[in-house]
Amino acid sequence: MKKLLIAVSLLTITSASLFAQKAMTRTGKITFDATTPTSPEKISGIDKQVACAMDAKTGHIQFQSQIKDFKFEKALMEDHFNENYMESKNFPKASFDGNITNIADVNLSKDGTYTATATGKLDIHGTTNPVTTTGTIKVSGGKITVIAKFSVKLADYKIVIPTVVADKIAKEATISLDAELIQK
Amino acid sequence: MLTFKKTAILVALCFTGGISFAQDDMFADLNKEIAKQKDYAAYTFKSTRLLDGSTIENLASGVLDFRISHRFGAMDGGSVGNAVQNLYGVDNAITKIGVDFGITPWLMVGVGHSASKDNDGFVKAKIIRQATNGMPFTLSYFGSIDMETLPAPQLPVATDSWLFTNRLFFTNQLLIARKFNNSLSLQLMPTLVHYNYVDSSKFSNNTFALGIGGRMKLTKRAAITAEYYYRLNNTNLLVNGHTTYNTFSLGYEVETGGHVFQFIVSNAQSLAERSFIGQNTDSWGFLYPKNSLHLGFNISRVFTIIKPEGFKEEEKKKW
Repeated sequence: MKKLLIAVSLLTITSASLFAQKAMTRTGKITFDATTPTSPEKISGIDKQVACAMDAKTGHIQFQSQIKDFKFEKALMEDHFNENYMESKNFPKASFDGNITNIADVNLSKDGTYTATATGKLDIHGTTNPVTTTGTIKVSGGKITVIAKFSVKLADYKIVIPTVVADKIAKEATISLDAELIQK
Repeated sequence: MLTFKKTAILVALCFTGGISFAQDDMFADLNKEIAKQKDYAAYTFKSTRLLDGSTIENLASGVLDFRISHRFGAMDGGSVGNAVQNLYGVDNAITKIGVDFGITPWLMVGVGHSASKDNDGFVKAKIIRQATNGMPFTLSYFGSIDMETLPAPQLPVATDSWLFTNRLFFTNQLLIARKFNNSLSLQLMPTLVHYNYVDSSKFSNNTFALGIGGRMKLTKRAAITAEYYYRLNNTNLLVNGHTTYNTFSLGYEVETGGHVFQFIVSNAQSLAERSFIGQNTDSWGFLYPKNSLHLGFNISRVFTIIKPEGFKEEEKKKW
């Protein structure tokens, strides 16, 4: 019985070590901003419940956001964001699935700041487009902070802006990502 | 003592545990959790008002809604002049100005004054929320007190005084709504309007009515709406000797930025529940007995008075 228990725990530990190089979080932040100089108010929302996972060995990196988790200063803007633009009922998630192409340059076991390039598929509003962006990976005491900023053309994701408000909403939205991953 | 078989299963389990993590999608577990979450129906209606009456929609907490509603005079011109002279009733509008406020996401209050000399205060509370994997409908309670401030009528005995309580009306409604899909939402409104003063030898102080209403979206930002209140008693009620009718309203609503416009055709001119549910003296007949329809519109403009959690710090920084 004892031997069996040891065997089971050993197996569990070894299987755990199989994914030990993964780092993840469920409290990453994504800020979206579509303000233009002619906007009457700030058009910006933040999701603080972004899931992010990274495989330190292969450089595989994934993000996922639930659209309804985006919070806005103005409730009506949040309504319009969900109902009219993102159609969160039909397209509840936005995600990124890609690879850090220069993962070899990033030493996750050593504290420091590294520049990383990620390339992959960005899925927003049910539409997937290939994207490549450069971000920063900060390693500090076992914590990995991923920071990236890039812009997306709303038209590329079939997000339609009605002509009435065409000059009040940016045609390209800025997406900022800030996630602190914990190694498992 | 564990048998070899059981051990084998245990070992196999440990391995599959490892394998499931090695899969390509690193969010498999998270997405299983998300699938189990309750998904509450949102945006059943565009506004807190369907046409004349209320919807199950509440204002977000900290949001103030400034509302202006117009109901023009009868399209046939009413008692003075003809339809063309009165531009289909545009001359004799009743205006209601109101301010609503969302206290919590499920509780809102409001006050309003209407040119029909109705002053009302209401409270609306959401009790049940429609959700996938949950309740099939949303249930809200709406309660209002209305005080009319018309001049006191001539009483048969000159020394009698017209009591203040005679001016009060109480409306209680349950709002039961279901969003069937992105475009169609329907709502049932069992209603009780209590009239403090009626000719109680003929009529009841309580008018029971069943309302039905709905919205059908035409585009993302435009919809047609309809609302009907069917009285279950007091149908023979007379108001100043006039026959009363059930109210049916049709509307077209469109939203632009911070505004919602609702254009309305209705046989009710008053915007007070006591009046359009139980005391409406105008009918829908185009030809019979007369065309006493009213055109009208509601405009709503919202202001965020108290910013939601997480945005308050930013406000402090600015100052």
